[in-house]
Amino acid sequence: MNITNKEYGEITKRRSPNTKAGLSFTKAFLFGGAICVVGEAFLNLYTHLGFTRIDSGTLTSMTLIFIAAILTGLKLYDKMSKHGGAGTLVPITGFANAVVAPALEYKTEGYILGVGAKMFTIAGPVIVYGIAASALYGILYYIMR
Amino acid sequence: MGRFIKGGTVEMYNSPSVKAFAAAVGKKEGDGPLAKHFDYIGEDITFGAGSHGKDSWEKAESVLQQKALSLALRKGDLGENDIDIIFAGDLLNQCVASGYAARDYEIPFIGLYGACSTMAESLALAAVFIENGLGGNAAAMTSSHYCTAERQFRFPVNYGSHRTPTSQWTATAAGCAIVTPRMPESPPPYIYSVTFGRVKDYGIKDANNMGAAMAGAAYATISTHLTNTGKTIDDFDYIVTGDLGLVGSEVMYDLFDKDRINIKKKHKDCGLMLYDLETQDVHAGGSGCGCGAGVLCGYFMREISAGKLKNILFTATGALMSPTILQQGESIPGIAHAIHIGNG
Repeated sequence: MNITNKEYGEITKRRSPNTKAGLSFTKAFLFGGAICVVGEAFLNLYTHLGFTRIDSGTLTSMTLIFIAAILTGLKLYDKMSKHGGAGTLVPITGFANAVVAPALEYKTEGYILGVGAKMFTIAGPVIVYGIAASALYGILYYIMR
Repeated sequence: MGRFIKGGTVEMYNSPSVKAFAAAVGKKEGDGPLAKHFDYIGEDITFGAGSHGKDSWEKAESVLQQKALSLALRKGDLGENDIDIIFAGDLLNQCVASGYAARDYEIPFIGLYGACSTMAESLALAAVFIENGLGGNAAAMTSSHYCTAERQFRFPVNYGSHRTPTSQWTATAAGCAIVTPRMPESPPPYIYSVTFGRVKDYGIKDANNMGAAMAGAAYATISTHLTNTGKTIDDFDYIVTGDLGLVGSEVMYDLFDKDRINIKKKHKDCGLMLYDLETQDVHAGGSGCGCGAGVLCGYFMREISAGKLKNILFTATGALMSPTILQQGESIPGIAHAIHIGNG
């Protein structure tokens, strides 16, 4: 029997189950929302302690990153994101996980070529294009202001 | 001497005997439905090699492969000097798990890469080697480890990536089989024929759907083997595939349906047997060289040896995938090799 790639692709598509969108979206919303609630609580706490609005925001980000890094080290963050999906990926905690996970993993290859070089394998593109986009935005803002 | 039939099939006149076989697996695999068939279940995923500082997951995989080899040697009452050659491979770049496993043995070593088809590839080569009178004992072994495969092919283990329903779980497992010339008193399993498959690519590009990428190769090799040997699926108790998983198996059924062959009734997939799909969270099933190796050398060889199964066509499938080439826009080629194993 001969089969074209197109026919084969159709069979594959028919036989491959899709992600359950409704469930995934709901879980992502709940996990992402919960992380934001925790962030909001820290923001209120720092404001209450007398920090300025800007400082409180910075401290909140740092706290969330710290917690996510610890959870990654304790091998709990990946278990959480199994359910959370984009809800745990998109907030700043997901970014922390993306940096800490390779940093831990590549320790076996040493601190320079292992941890140092591989730490940004996942987060690297976000940083590169994030900075590029902000520079572009800065130029546009300067011109259009 | 074996007879080479056009199309990659070699028929064995002396049907070499598998003198000894052993399967060593990790904890998750040991929690699965086949637990009682394994020779060794490691409680610790590092298998005593450690995973911090100088020690690594790669080292752990080598230790697991050595475990399978040493258990097979012990079961066959063999010493390392009795083995004339090892055919071994794994999923890692430069076949490091196998090379470093063989480093501690004074046995001639041939490293192979056939992705998850390596158990069939190594066993077929060992059988051809022995059939042609080139040695007294040839070992075939392979391994895979969840953590080494994850970091090489996907993400660091602790990265919170979301797996798709079509993705498969790389088995932490190793298998070893020792092939020897058949004498009147040689016990089963015996190897009757093998078919070396061709690389088949149907344009699948989804690295999270390996089963689909390999199903076409499984179909091609099984069909070729049946045609070249004049057999039908009814000559076998089971047509066993390595790690097609849920999706790949269904795709293969559809391909055979076009030939009006209902292979589903005869089909077993090691990837679907190794884990409990309901409770063990492996999505579309197990995968990896160790998946086929562990289930073949743990379950099927024993069943054949005990006379519970008479004939199987073991067809391990491999996705010849490289993350680099995939990023360059290429699709994933599949390969499958078939071995007729039985006890008659």
